[in-house]
Amino acid sequence: MLTISLILLPLIASLILFALNGRKELHYWALGVSIAELALGVAAVVGFDKGIALNYLFDMPWITSMGIRFSLGMSGISVLLVLLTVALVPLIILTTVNGSTKYSATFYGLILLMQSALVGVFTSSDGFLFYIFWEMALIPIYFICGLWGGENKIKITIKFFIYTMFGSLLMLAALIWLYLHTPLSHNFNIDALLAVQLPFNEQVLVFVALFIAFAIKIPVFPFHSWQPNTYVVAPSAGSMLLAGIMLKMGLYGILRFLIPSCSEVALQYAPVVMVLAITGLLYGSIIAIRQKEIKRLIAYSSFAHVGLITAAIFAFNADALQGSVYQMIAHGFNVMALFFVADIIQRRTNTLQISDLGGIAKVAPKFAIFFMIVMLGSVALPLTNGFIGEFLMLVGLAKYSISVAAIAGVSIVLGAVYMFWMYQRSMYGNPTTATANFPDLTCNEMWVAIPLIIIIIAMGVYPKPLLEIAKPAVENILLVMSTKY
Amino acid sequence: MNTLVALVPILPLLSFIVLGLNFKRLPKVVTSLMACGSVLVSFVLAVVLFFHVKEAGTAVNVTLFEWLPTASSSMGFSFVVDPISSLMILIVTGVGFLIHVYSIGYMFNDEGFNRFFAYMNLFVFSMLVLVLGSNYLMMFIGWEGVGLCSYLLIGFWFKNHDYNNAAKKAFIMNRIGDLGFLLGMFVLYYQFGSLDYQTVFAKATLLESGNMTLTIATMLLFVGAIGKSAQIPLFTWLPDAMAGPTPVSALIHAATMVTAGVYMVVRSQALFVLAPTTLMVIAIVGIITALFAATIAIFQNDIKKVLAYSTVSQLGYMFVGLGMGAFTGAMFHLTTHAFFKALLFLAAGSVIHAMSGEQDIRKMGGLRKAVPITWLVFLIGTIAISGIPPFSGFFSKDEILLHAFEHNKIIWVLGIVGSLMTAFYMFRLFFLTFAGTFRGSDTQKHHLHESPKSMTVPLAILAILSVFGGLINIPGVFGGSSELHMFLSPMYSAGKEVIVEVSHSTEILLMIIAVLGAIAMIAFAWFRFVKMAAIPISNDAKRPLFTNLLYHKYYIDEVYAFLIEKPMLWLSGILHWFDVQIVDRAVNSLGNSILWLGTKARPLQTGNIGFYMIVMVLSIVAFMVFGLMI
Repeated sequence: MLTISLILLPLIASLILFALNGRKELHYWALGVSIAELALGVAAVVGFDKGIALNYLFDMPWITSMGIRFSLGMSGISVLLVLLTVALVPLIILTTVNGSTKYSATFYGLILLMQSALVGVFTSSDGFLFYIFWEMALIPIYFICGLWGGENKIKITIKFFIYTMFGSLLMLAALIWLYLHTPLSHNFNIDALLAVQLPFNEQVLVFVALFIAFAIKIPVFPFHSWQPNTYVVAPSAGSMLLAGIMLKMGLYGILRFLIPSCSEVALQYAPVVMVLAITGLLYGSIIAIRQKEIKRLIAYSSFAHVGLITAAIFAFNADALQGSVYQMIAHGFNVMALFFVADIIQRRTNTLQISDLGGIAKVAPKFAIFFMIVMLGSVALPLTNGFIGEFLMLVGLAKYSISVAAIAGVSIVLGAVYMFWMYQRSMYGNPTTATANFPDLTCNEMWVAIPLIIIIIAMGVYPKPLLEIAKPAVENILLVMSTKY
Repeated sequence: MNTLVALVPILPLLSFIVLGLNFKRLPKVVTSLMACGSVLVSFVLAVVLFFHVKEAGTAVNVTLFEWLPTASSSMGFSFVVDPISSLMILIVTGVGFLIHVYSIGYMFNDEGFNRFFAYMNLFVFSMLVLVLGSNYLMMFIGWEGVGLCSYLLIGFWFKNHDYNNAAKKAFIMNRIGDLGFLLGMFVLYYQFGSLDYQTVFAKATLLESGNMTLTIATMLLFVGAIGKSAQIPLFTWLPDAMAGPTPVSALIHAATMVTAGVYMVVRSQALFVLAPTTLMVIAIVGIITALFAATIAIFQNDIKKVLAYSTVSQLGYMFVGLGMGAFTGAMFHLTTHAFFKALLFLAAGSVIHAMSGEQDIRKMGGLRKAVPITWLVFLIGTIAISGIPPFSGFFSKDEILLHAFEHNKIIWVLGIVGSLMTAFYMFRLFFLTFAGTFRGSDTQKHHLHESPKSMTVPLAILAILSVFGGLINIPGVFGGSSELHMFLSPMYSAGKEVIVEVSHSTEILLMIIAVLGAIAMIAFAWFRFVKMAAIPISNDAKRPLFTNLLYHKYYIDEVYAFLIEKPMLWLSGILHWFDVQIVDRAVNSLGNSILWLGTKARPLQTGNIGFYMIVMVLSIVAFMVFGLMI
């Protein structure tokens, strides 16, 4: 029941919000719902039984003639991603609550609808259902970006929409292909889909289709070109949803579908994926060095980070997988916090050009501390959340090959280069005309900043509980791979 | 005992947290009391622990909690107090406390007073974690933590972008080293399945000398040490780091953080002794750095820059010691250097204070009368670093050189040359600052004053330590019993520390050579800068080619900018262009071509039934032909 409640609560709330669009000041209502949802999510984590592969099962017949069931359940990885989703959404809603911009009820409805779909993606046990939620998640973000975005929003949003839609169709084709190979009468249950043993050359096709679908979402080089523009044009809440949670759908898809269904090809093609992912990692990092606009810099940095996560997944060992799962969560919080920083700067100064900024640390010390901690998490300083994931991933990559780890490790140096550069230019020096009257964090903003600081540090100091939740799921993936071939 | 161990780092951390949360509210008195008090209590605890370890002869292990479980092992958040870490925490908290006290006076009028002490406490915490950690990952926490504090404190006056650049440079160069450290850890992790010192060392001793994996691992770890301890080629950040407030230079960039690399090698002695190639590389890097930095120091005119290059050079000596197998010698020099270099920096701070912020020694001179205490302690520090007996620096440097003589005569000769240069540039600095006549402006002259008690008392204590610090390890030749060696030797894997077998007469002879040389250099410096009253020429004056090269620090910064920075920025621009113009364009043209196909296909839907019929018939024919063909 827990899982279905997690999906239904925001879904119903979003419908009510759509109906009430005429009314203003409904953000607290949305916030209340998301906090209730957070409570459910925390309950799911606390009550999670590590001994069982899938917790909180929910199952009922849906389209029986095609073997489609409405079945849900959470593995250790799912429950962590659900936790990320339910923890980020209230924070994201809080960031929109400020004097200057007013969002209508529809906006909050869309956020909650998206949350519902995301939880659905992370908990589906049925391939068809997974696909439905996957597409359902796309629609709200399309409207959020298309209606509330910045300059050129329509063009950029449509490109993003079509690009990911194209990937989704490939995924659908692959799912149907797998479905047709399930024993009669066919069914869409994920376990059944994953049990399908395809001959190698057919597996390659399925692998390529699924990989492109997920690679666009993550994004993996060279399927990333929708990303920088979309992040820049989206309203901050949209960028947070996209980078914080939505791209994890792609990574989750790799773990849930791609690797178990095509383990043989995955193993054989791992070097190819590794090259793409690490190219993206360095490529994104190097491009970030010279970005002049904060959001675009964050976009490239995020692109680099997920490159490392992807590479680590394809190292196929326990440390690397644990690290990538942990980093998915950590990156979600960190990138959300970075977009929050960008949002604060943009609202106060009407600019995101780094050259227009400077001296903010002088006038807004609390904000400076917050930004500093977020940056440290992002550059993976020990005792912040970023370090745990990156360390485990690099350890895992080193097991795969020490030279791959060395090349990937260069990104931690590059990360320091661009993040410290951005911090220095925007926060230090003398205040400019744009920043001379920069107000420090407001009370509302503190409500976002303080939880984020606590999360960044707590996840870095005591990662054990979350790692232990992920552990059985990670081992299960490796087990499936080793038993299948 | 266990609680005491945990408290040592936790007290400064707590102080940091309180200061950090209330930096706008706390009055300076409270800040000073809390910041210094927490370090003082840690120091007292460190003393207790030190004697406990000395008496009991066993290490104290404390695990606070399980930090990072991995597939094959689990990293605890754990500390170990054994001879080497007990010595290190004494230095860190002891010298750290003195510098904290000094800072009260030095920073009193700075608007960032509370912020400064918050950072300093955070630094002490990180440094303590670095030396107390009982596995490499704990060391790494401290390792990166001190790098962060160094960044924050170098750029403490953050309105100035030159300072910020120096801070950023320090952090990034350190990060390059840190990457080496990380990779070294990975190799160890896969070789030994753990990062715990005990496990790693125990398993390592089973391997034979020259083992390839160990060589790689130690080389990578040494890359980390190069970054942190400012050795060639990653040393250029340290002179720039002088942008930070002077107490920072004393604590972080002389006494403690920069010696972390030395500590790491000594800590990993069990690994390094099995990798003779690495030890050779360490010795070579050390001696080159020692000489390289010493030559640069001779031509610098900024009082802190001279000391900075001198620090780089002295660190080079410590690495020579390590490379020659003189692990105790390196630790010994680390200790005495912490005393006299902290002393020199703080005394320099006192000079700068007296000179109203002036750092150029060409504008000083004749300060002896104005700042007599500073003069005296600076003299003591200068004698100590120049290796004149019986000051502390003599004994520690001598032990390193003795090992060098035993193992590699070339390195010994170079070491002697370097120590002669040291005596010269230090006394050049001393004479230009304190002897002769005052060369500054009238306002500066008017302002000259001795520093307050909070600054001079720490100076006096450090001066005493610089004089007598050598007593902790008096060699047998002087009837001593090499106490430090006795204390540290249980740390070393059995029989691996190299015993010097030079006869006492040779040993005495070597000492005499070194001391006479140093005295000659002092005399030369006196002749040149006191007798002849030579003043270094101004910045833009023409210099002979070689001097010019040294004055400009061999143009290393320019070379790095040309070889690394510029190409990187260029590459970044190119890739961005590629991303927008090629990758994104390709996607767009794919989309556009489909649109184009659509517009081309649209006229086919003419609505003309006749046209449809023709197409239909032709298609049927085509299918039939196709069917016949196969």
